[in-house]
Amino acid sequence: MKSYKFRQVIKENVGINNPVFVQILGICSTLAVTNVLKNTVVMCAGLVFVTGLSNLTVSLLRKYIPSRIRMMVETLIIAAYVIIVDVVLKAFIPDISRQLGPYVGLIITNCIIMGRAEAFALSNPPTLSLVDGLSSGLGYSYVLLIIAFLRELLGSGAIWGFRVLGDWWINWNIMIMAPGAFFMLALFIWVVKGSFMKEKQAATAGSPQPASAGGKS
Amino acid sequence: MTDGLFAFGVFFAAIFTNNILLTNYLGMCSFLAVSKELKTSFGLGMAVVFVMTCTSAINWLIYYYVLVPYDIVYLRFIAFIIVIAAFVQLVEMVIERLSDALYAALGIFLPLITVNCAILGASLFMVIREYTFVSGLAFGAGSGIGWAVAIIAMAGIRTKLNVRSKVPFGLTGAGITLIIAGIMALAFMGFAGMISIT
Repeated sequence: MKSYKFRQVIKENVGINNPVFVQILGICSTLAVTNVLKNTVVMCAGLVFVTGLSNLTVSLLRKYIPSRIRMMVETLIIAAYVIIVDVVLKAFIPDISRQLGPYVGLIITNCIIMGRAEAFALSNPPTLSLVDGLSSGLGYSYVLLIIAFLRELLGSGAIWGFRVLGDWWINWNIMIMAPGAFFMLALFIWVVKGSFMKEKQAATAGSPQPASAGGKS
Repeated sequence: MTDGLFAFGVFFAAIFTNNILLTNYLGMCSFLAVSKELKTSFGLGMAVVFVMTCTSAINWLIYYYVLVPYDIVYLRFIAFIIVIAAFVQLVEMVIERLSDALYAALGIFLPLITVNCAILGASLFMVIREYTFVSGLAFGAGSGIGWAVAIIAMAGIRTKLNVRSKVPFGLTGAGITLIIAGIMALAFMGFAGMISIT
């Protein structure tokens, strides 16, 4: 029973209720950091860390948080973890930290984290919340990695900073600039929604979902 | 360049060449969710302009007069988010007391603003680029106006789109909005080179 619940949570967050392309949350950083694969990996690691641990903390404290100021408390918990991420990045990989600039700080206002804390961690036990946080972080990460991979490949003919396409390749500069990000994400959503959405609707109608809460912040 | 002239440049650059939404992708969540109607996006846009201008000023003062002297710059995230949340709450209470009409127009959008990443982002950019107080204020106001311009334009396009076009199923909602945003970003790239701030 218990492992069924864990599996259910993971399946929801990674697949049918994916934060990025189903709930359309956390788009800011999805677009901003995906022009280079290396930055994206760092950003995703930071985000998984923050979602997991902030969910765990909120869940541990859920009985003591007064409901009127819960948003403020959640924000402060998230901010504390983001500061840890920021300090660690500055100390160990200063180059990438400088390139990510304000986007590390903006993990605080990433709606995915707030949404999960609000919709899931406040009403579920700690271990399950930790799993929920980590898996929604992963659901976010793999979408970002796919987009970053395509954008870096098309935009600069490279993967992880190494040029893989030969001299014949003309860089699509637009891909590493703002419009490319919008188009890429739109295409991604189109492909996913167009090919899997009917399946998803059937799934949501068929099975009761104890963990679904549509985290909209 | 004198400070006043520089601030003027920053103001226009924040609206056009470095639009906070279309080149820095900030505030996308509410941009996608609230841009369905012209009237509501206008209200939200105005609220963002006001809050962003004021919080940039307050955050600048806090950063340079509290955080830097005491060498606790790493606490800036917490300081900024508290300032923003407290300011929004305060404004909401003041507006509720003073004017019913204004509260009906702006009040409902204020809670949304606390989680709008553009507000926090503007403060962080301001600190990273080391603006002076005047240009920081100009940057805050300009970014707010730039954001409002983008969301109002998008709402205008979307109302027309709902009336007369058939969008393929997979693209409905967020998909088509993102594509329009991409085209708008392309159009705004036409301003690039006019002014640059860094």
